[in-house]
Amino acid sequence: MSGRGDKGFDPARRRLLTEGLRSAAGVALVATVLGAWQRQARALPATALRPPGALDEEAFQGACIRCGLCVRDCPYDTLKLAKFGDPVALGTPWFEARKVPCEMCEDIPCVTACPTGALDHSLADITQARMGLALITDQEACIAFQGLRCEVCYNVCPVRGKAITLELQHNRRSGKHARFIPVVHSSDCTGCGKCEEACILEEAAIKVLPIRLVKGMLGRHYRLGWKEKEKAGGALVTPDAPHQYNLPEGMRYDYEGEGLIREQPADSPFSDNPLDTLNRKGGL
Amino acid sequence: MKAGEMPGLTVRREKGWLAANRWLLARRFTQLAILLLFLVGPWFGWWIVKGNLSSSLTLDVLPLTDPLLLLQVLMSGHLPETIAFAGALIVLVFYLLVGGRVYCSWVCPVNMVTDAAEWLRMRLGLKGGASLSRRLRWWMLGLVLLMPAVTGALTWELINPVSMMHRGLIFGMGLAWAVVLGIFLLDLLIARRAWCGHLCPVGAFYGLLGRWSLLRVSAVNRAACDDCMDCFAVCPEKQVIAPALKGEAKGHGPVIDAGLCTNCGRCIDVCARDVFRFTQRFDNHVRPATAGSTHQSEVSP
Repeated sequence: MSGRGDKGFDPARRRLLTEGLRSAAGVALVATVLGAWQRQARALPATALRPPGALDEEAFQGACIRCGLCVRDCPYDTLKLAKFGDPVALGTPWFEARKVPCEMCEDIPCVTACPTGALDHSLADITQARMGLALITDQEACIAFQGLRCEVCYNVCPVRGKAITLELQHNRRSGKHARFIPVVHSSDCTGCGKCEEACILEEAAIKVLPIRLVKGMLGRHYRLGWKEKEKAGGALVTPDAPHQYNLPEGMRYDYEGEGLIREQPADSPFSDNPLDTLNRKGGL
Repeated sequence: MKAGEMPGLTVRREKGWLAANRWLLARRFTQLAILLLFLVGPWFGWWIVKGNLSSSLTLDVLPLTDPLLLLQVLMSGHLPETIAFAGALIVLVFYLLVGGRVYCSWVCPVNMVTDAAEWLRMRLGLKGGASLSRRLRWWMLGLVLLMPAVTGALTWELINPVSMMHRGLIFGMGLAWAVVLGIFLLDLLIARRAWCGHLCPVGAFYGLLGRWSLLRVSAVNRAACDDCMDCFAVCPEKQVIAPALKGEAKGHGPVIDAGLCTNCGRCIDVCARDVFRFTQRFDNHVRPATAGSTHQSEVSP
């Protein structure tokens, strides 16, 4: 169409352009809504856990094709696919520890079944899975903290004696008993959820939560002196030299011995009693 | 076909109900049988097929993966396991043989919903509605493939009614019924064949495959056509018929070569003149019309 105005008007071209613009506008609207929805879909509820070996949530939602083969191969019906309306991204596998926890099959059938590697096939040892991290969320409710014997979470833990240990503490209420306090260790906890399922309370006092919600992290620059010393095999700062105290002349400190020692020379102008010096006429 | 009449009346009168619906019945049977194969696992514990249309494993040996989903995964920046590629390749080869959109008309469960809406539309004599462009689906397909590159996730799968319905039937519907109902009402009240014929990006993708697929419907006997328009009335993609049926003068072969043809065979069913039949794409010679067939239209009832 080289001409302008009425001469250059081509109805077919005009129709095509209008239609293209309408389609583009409609699809752009759909894309915007879907994009916003996608951001929300990333926010997994704290009680929703992914199967063992799941990539981190962002990568997982790009890799999982929602086929449910992991669900089918889970022998304990732990896993389920998110339905439309569930608070988890539609069609993706998840489980809730309090309802049905992961039984930590040694052959990890769910991972083997995954055709895309959204469940990472490099996970060969189920004890290396990190589905979440257990946490005593309520010390006020946990009866072990009241000095009562329970230890159910400790006993059902599949990584028994490693992921949860019991620490003996003095029971200050009775004054003569011990408290058996369960302590979770992130080095071994797989987040299977057996402890949360088994917790005897009406509402579990130990819960498996996403690791990102539970774990704290020291500043990267931060170093713990005693650990660095252990690593290096000796002190890194002021290598084990005898400590020098900044004391007035004629004094020294005998560490783990006599303590402060005054070595006053015979011709000192000062009296033994400091008050004499202070009360001297003419001041210092 | 007269105004207000359901298409296919002539053929039903001449050949009987069964013959007038054989491809439709075969299609419904296939759709339900495939669905049942997926369902007997969770229902009775007979694990013939595990998974769903997104990816499945048949008899623990045959992997099948939706190639469109695989593309989306790749677009998100993730490299899937080899078995997913193998599964997608098998699916690609299969649909290149039987026709890309055979997925739509013989497998996809949404087809039963939209066909039901179309049937009701005809029965109630509902006309008109919003005008949508049939090209919208290409935009949708572009959106589906680009979203993973932007969001890093399979964003279309948050809403895809096709996988949602199939997965829902097998793994639990949740509120997906509302979406299925929405598709039904869209097709019934807002625009004719709106979902499968204008919007669905999954159908668009298989339509791309259909451009090169082998099995075809052909208007082999086009000279016998008496312009009753029944085939146009039942065809879900009626723009694909005319070039083959009426294109003899332009040198167009009788084979319907448009990728968007779903190979549903409904045109074969409703044609009282046996114009159409299934053949392969290379069976596409422009035959000189015989004297007898050109005049057949004049003696039709």
